[in-house]
Amino acid sequence: MRPASDIMSNSVQLVVIGAGPGGYAAAYYAADLGLSVALVDPEANPGGVCLYRGCIPSKALLHVAKLIGEAKHAPAFGISFGDPKIDLAKLRAFKDNVVQKLTSGVGQVGKMRKVRYIQGRASFLSPTSLAIDLVAGGTEPLTFEHAIIATGSRPASVPALSIDSPRVMDSTGALDLPDIPKTMLVVGGGYIGLELGSVYAALGTKVTVVEMTAGLLPGADRDLVAVLARQMDKSLHKVVLNAKVVEMKDTGAGVQVRFDGQGLADGDKSQAFDRVLVSVGRKPNSAISGLDKTKVKVGPKGFIEVDLGRRTAEPTILAIGDVTGEPMLAHKASHEARVAVETAMGHTAAFEPQAIPAVVFTDPEVAWCGLTESEAQQQGRKVEVAKFSWGALSRAITLDRPDGLTKLIIDPGTERILGVGLAGTGAGDLIAEGVLAVEMGALATDLKLSIHPHPTLSESVMEAAEIFFGQSTHVYKPKRKST
Amino acid sequence: MATEFKIPELGENVEKGDVIRLLVKVGDVVRVDQPVVELETDKATIEVPSSVSGKVLEIKVKPGQKVKVGQTVLVLDPVVQPATGEPTPQRRSSDPNPQRRSTDPVPQAPPRAAEPAAAEPPAPKPPKPQPATSTSTSTSTDAPAKAPAAVVDITSGRAPVAAPAAAAASSAAASASASAVPAAPSVRRYARELGVDIAHVAGTGPGGRVNQEDVKEFVRAQSASGSGRRGAPSTSTLTALAAPPLPDFTKWGEIDVRPMSNIRRKTAEHLAQAWRAPHVTQNDKADITALEDFRQTYGPRVEKAGGKLTITAIVIKVLAAALAKYPQFASSVDVAAESIVFKKYCHIGVAVDTPNGLLVPVIRDANRKTMTQIAVELAQLSQKARDRKLSLEEMAGSVFSVTNLGGIGGTSFSPIINTPEVAILGISRTSIEPVYKDGQFVPRHMLPLSLSYDHRAIDGADAARFLRFIADGLEQPLTMVL
Repeated sequence: MRPASDIMSNSVQLVVIGAGPGGYAAAYYAADLGLSVALVDPEANPGGVCLYRGCIPSKALLHVAKLIGEAKHAPAFGISFGDPKIDLAKLRAFKDNVVQKLTSGVGQVGKMRKVRYIQGRASFLSPTSLAIDLVAGGTEPLTFEHAIIATGSRPASVPALSIDSPRVMDSTGALDLPDIPKTMLVVGGGYIGLELGSVYAALGTKVTVVEMTAGLLPGADRDLVAVLARQMDKSLHKVVLNAKVVEMKDTGAGVQVRFDGQGLADGDKSQAFDRVLVSVGRKPNSAISGLDKTKVKVGPKGFIEVDLGRRTAEPTILAIGDVTGEPMLAHKASHEARVAVETAMGHTAAFEPQAIPAVVFTDPEVAWCGLTESEAQQQGRKVEVAKFSWGALSRAITLDRPDGLTKLIIDPGTERILGVGLAGTGAGDLIAEGVLAVEMGALATDLKLSIHPHPTLSESVMEAAEIFFGQSTHVYKPKRKST
Repeated sequence: MATEFKIPELGENVEKGDVIRLLVKVGDVVRVDQPVVELETDKATIEVPSSVSGKVLEIKVKPGQKVKVGQTVLVLDPVVQPATGEPTPQRRSSDPNPQRRSTDPVPQAPPRAAEPAAAEPPAPKPPKPQPATSTSTSTSTDAPAKAPAAVVDITSGRAPVAAPAAAAASSAAASASASAVPAAPSVRRYARELGVDIAHVAGTGPGGRVNQEDVKEFVRAQSASGSGRRGAPSTSTLTALAAPPLPDFTKWGEIDVRPMSNIRRKTAEHLAQAWRAPHVTQNDKADITALEDFRQTYGPRVEKAGGKLTITAIVIKVLAAALAKYPQFASSVDVAAESIVFKKYCHIGVAVDTPNGLLVPVIRDANRKTMTQIAVELAQLSQKARDRKLSLEEMAGSVFSVTNLGGIGGTSFSPIINTPEVAILGISRTSIEPVYKDGQFVPRHMLPLSLSYDHRAIDGADAARFLRFIADGLEQPLTMVL
């Protein structure tokens, strides 16, 4: 369909700006559909934050952290490995190798699709043209029929915490593993802080987490967080809630941090740390050069405004991923990518998921999708909640990990599954069934009547559904609901 | 205790409007039925009367703001009651618009919006399509959520914005409505691609789950009913209209982009739908030489009554006779029920060109009115149309429409049927033409008539007869009562 000359010409049907999991997914899907596509990103290969500085390197390190944790627990089974010896350079190399393998692999499948990868930064000249400042030097013009902005996000900074010190890092800096500090303060009890805090804690750092609100993982149901918090209390040095950092100073020997808030003894209101990780959220990368030459609108929080089809106010330009709004998750961006490409091709596509899974890859993991119990409460919506505790789950017992919980949020009228929440080892993989249940409009009966393999953690989903009907095999509960 | 005044039901399928201005201010004492806010809805400007009385403590809306049925406008202290007799001083008291006075000479009542108790509350999501009831599509309150893809925020009819603004405004409604439909992603996509709002599809699965068959069934029922208007949100109509992307016109020169007005948007939506009826246009000419003399002679008398003896007024009267003889021209096609609906009333719509766009006020019971009454009413309705004072009721219920472009020119045109009507009469400019009569050419005043009809309901021969009947009625009025 596509004339070969297009590949080298300065005109494409679709240009995708930003090659993260949203951007490259869009570019590749469009190429598969027969469009001539260019993908613009300053990195050598596609991958974006997810592959280079986010999901992937952190998961490589979290795998190692989990291994250390399990080895530490092994004496309970009569097996002792001794204290781990950590070769930081090799660990770093393992992580970098994972990143390298994945990014070059993603780059490779792009080449095979004849997607033109342009290493550079794009500026809009008009609603149908770009100038790209090439990393290799020089500028290249490019005209397009449609553009998809997928520029992603970056770690947010707080002015009070933005001191010029190598000891103060954001998530990108922490993933570089500069050293294993003796002590570290993690500012922010969200998933990034907890994941990276867990990594450093496993490597031997005394990690303190300070969170402004009353609990870790704001937004997640408290009963799920409680499962994680119990473990965090053991693996982390300290979790300080309802407190914030008011001042930081690099003293040369460390960072002196002054806290403010209840729950801190006066003596603890000033402490020194070897390193500080600031993980207080992420900000959209919407300050794209030349965007003012288009009708694209940026909202008050910096997100590019899009409609359900992911169109911006400029008909030729679409936007996806972190730059369009919360939740800032790779899998949301990849899904939006397909919607945007279909929209650009004139199909009636819409981004309207029933469930976007959220996973916190700590140990234990926390995962949820669809309606949460706290959201239902806020909306004043009546729901039934069926909970199955992993203490009665055979697989969890064999793993010696009974610290888990599976819950279903159920519509009392129709018995439809509105949301699923999980805490426990492997929760991130288990949530996929929850997503499918919510998306398919499954009823509690459907989960109950689907045979789940024994002995696996997935049985907890089936048993939770049975609990809803007061019929769980492994839990005795008086009847809640007659069928 | 404070009470609240909320936007009541505004009319069939009207769920929102733009606040044009507030007719009261904080501190005013409001009576029941006192107009408190002026709203612009899709086609009409409505003064909404209060359903409660009391002293205004707080005004919750601002001019320019979009409001929905059920939205709080005023917070009132009901203890403070207005003095009996004289209403509270208000800006309205000097308003020349007489339509609210009890001595109102205009027969048409203004839109009485204050009947929320009787009216059914607007269901956020109808559980199933209701093919039995229908009229115009209106953007429902949760349209942003359902709109599959709207480039232009058609709910505002103002600014071209991507939906997020709207989505943000009603994000709660959006998520509620989205999660309220149990259907697999593949089914939701299937519905979306067919332009079906899945929220309107009745699910037959357990827990009301919608499956692909349900969507197909819904589409069958819809297409059978002759129009996709019933369940599908109006947005999809417009989106379909806007489907092929426009080229970049700036390549060829300077341009100016203006958002569609509400009237333009409604017109575009309605006509895109109307166009789906299989149209045929029949042309004829009426010799109105004698009629012109009649107009000269009796025009002043009608003028004294406050009207103008226009060709349109006369044609409406002739049409009333024609529709009585050929009732299929006042029918509607209900394909779903495999039936034709014949209307025994004779309300005739008249297209009026206004600075704001095309409006179609309706002359009620034209068969029971004299030509003078029709002429007077027509003059009043036309003026109201131009002043944007027409109520929605004044634009609803016609069985047949007339559009006269003769004042501007033209020899013939193909009007589009004002569906669900089945025919429309277009009138072009009268010209003096040579007519061969009694062995010689004589100059005659010839009026070009163009009848577009829905061929599903009307046969060509009947259309020719109907149009000839009208022409004969204009040439020889006694033929109508022959």
